[in-house]
Amino acid sequence: MSTTVAIQHVTYREALRQALRDALLRDPRVFLIGEDVGKYGGSYAVSKGLLAEFGPERIRDTPLSESTFVGAGIGAALGGMRPIVEVMTVNFCLLALDQIVNNAATIRHMSGGQFSIPLVIRMATGAGRQLAAQHAHSLEGWLAHIPGIRVVTPATVEDARGMLWTALEDPDPVLIFEPQTLYNMEGDLAESAGAVEIDRAAVRRMGASLTIVTYGATLHKALTAASTLAQEGIEAEVVDLRTLRPLDMTTIEASVRKTRRVVIADEGWRSGSLSAEIAARLGERLFYNLDAPIARVCTEEVPIPYPKHLEDAALPQADTIAAAARALLH
Amino acid sequence: MTLETSSAALDRDVAVVLLRDMLRIRRFEEKCAELYSAGKIRGFLHLYIGEEAVAVGAMRALTPYDAVVATYREHGHALARGIDAGRLMAEMYGKQEGCSRGRGGSMHVFDAAARFYGGNAIVGGGLPIAVGLALADAMTHRARVTACFFGDGAVAEGEFHESLNLAALWKLPVLFACENNLYAMGTRIDRALSQTDLAAKARAYGIPSATVDGMDVLAAAAATQVAAERIRAGSGPQFLEFRTYRFRAHSMFDAELYRDKAEVEEWKQRDPIHLCASRLEAEGVVDRAARAALDAEVEAEIAGAVAFAEAGTWEPVEHLTRDVYTRPL
Repeated sequence: MSTTVAIQHVTYREALRQALRDALLRDPRVFLIGEDVGKYGGSYAVSKGLLAEFGPERIRDTPLSESTFVGAGIGAALGGMRPIVEVMTVNFCLLALDQIVNNAATIRHMSGGQFSIPLVIRMATGAGRQLAAQHAHSLEGWLAHIPGIRVVTPATVEDARGMLWTALEDPDPVLIFEPQTLYNMEGDLAESAGAVEIDRAAVRRMGASLTIVTYGATLHKALTAASTLAQEGIEAEVVDLRTLRPLDMTTIEASVRKTRRVVIADEGWRSGSLSAEIAARLGERLFYNLDAPIARVCTEEVPIPYPKHLEDAALPQADTIAAAARALLH
Repeated sequence: MTLETSSAALDRDVAVVLLRDMLRIRRFEEKCAELYSAGKIRGFLHLYIGEEAVAVGAMRALTPYDAVVATYREHGHALARGIDAGRLMAEMYGKQEGCSRGRGGSMHVFDAAARFYGGNAIVGGGLPIAVGLALADAMTHRARVTACFFGDGAVAEGEFHESLNLAALWKLPVLFACENNLYAMGTRIDRALSQTDLAAKARAYGIPSATVDGMDVLAAAAATQVAAERIRAGSGPQFLEFRTYRFRAHSMFDAELYRDKAEVEEWKQRDPIHLCASRLEAEGVVDRAARAALDAEVEAEIAGAVAFAEAGTWEPVEHLTRDVYTRPL
């Protein structure tokens, strides 16, 4: 007996679009709101075609007013809707931090549990396209600092397709970070692909020599590094965090207990970063299980520069991740 | 584009209710100030005394289906909206019988049954939420009003402009109720705003607007009634500027270095409770005996509220991390 799974070859962008379309079809309370999500088709073309299919009531172009359209998403969620707010990039969400941090994350608590905010906010993040210092930062680690919200980062087409619906079913605010260098990435997706859980990290490559913990666009650099290392006889296990809040320490610890060595590769800056948090937790819990100091590969402490050679030098890369891995073993 | 409002006399029974509600707020807050000095209430405490006519008049025009978004100076709005004084006082104490289970305190009053969405202590932060609540109503074709209260201080914030623009652009059913008490904490309006005619700002966004005597509860009620009817009829957002005055300090930590006592005394001549009471007395609606009965009723309610708060209980420390997420992570 054999089963045939129909596979489609899609881009990350197309997977996101299918997820949006699916959500809009499944739940009349769902609507998309943000800058240029409608007529323009989305600044990264994720929502292209959705205005024609669902109309302007559910695909809502907004003025450039991040704080108010994010806050309106919160209010609409309080009013029984299931809004998906698109903020073009994490850099622009700084204009809406009041609403995200002071309202979305706190209202459930401040109201003594009377009100939940079932809101999804999507935004692009990260560097790699020569967009310089106001369009290329990775601030998701900052937002993962905040109790009251969930933070997820799809790094594969399956997660791009599947995280949105799970996020929409969550009664609390979920921020979805889409690394902007991944929109054109291609991958295979089952025609039947649907929701995926958003609580767990995933082991993307098995290995026994060391663990590389990473997420987002850096996952693919880590996988490249792992392939290089394999040719040298070093078997790296690669853990994709997937969820930045809550951190799935169970999966991370299980891997590190096995390999006893860890490199954390994080596109955030080193100081006060998510990589620092993971390192601290591993130090607290697995100090005596480690055969080498915890290593980190992070973005240099510089605003992202425009020229390609400098941008490349600022970011974690496959070769710097591989070098950090080798250093733990020699 | 000026919103026409009439000051037609309301019926006498209604006027008595309005007077009683203003007295409830006044006595509740006087008691709060006392309890603050006694250490029963902590944190920031912002009193609404002097501004009661605005909340009481405006709430009169709302139905239970409507929503209210208020500021950190919201005890008056909460009481006028019908939130039980005992649950409100328990919230001031931080007791778990409080309307926000004690987690919010004075600045974060929430009540699902009253559709009361805070209690927002970031100036201007409530406006986008009101726009969103109204958007949900518009998208589901519910003829409801979201009443958003904010002060003159919020008018300088970007969120004010963004929210008025979006609400007008999408014709959302929001009542923007600006309580202009002339001071953003200690900064007088003419030291903060290049244009101090606030209704003019709303008109610039194409929103019908009116300036209302915020010390006259009947005027406040009548203006809000007109605005709410227009919103329910599908005319989009309306803006009311209530000219009012805070008789007490900004909070309990304010030495009031920024205004003259004479100015405060001058405004007190137009105390909304005295204005309303003397009118009702002159018209023979409330005689001395009726007023005494009203006072006694209010005193009893406040005493009951304090007793309820005193008898309330502290949430166990083991519950500390509750209500961060609906489903704990």
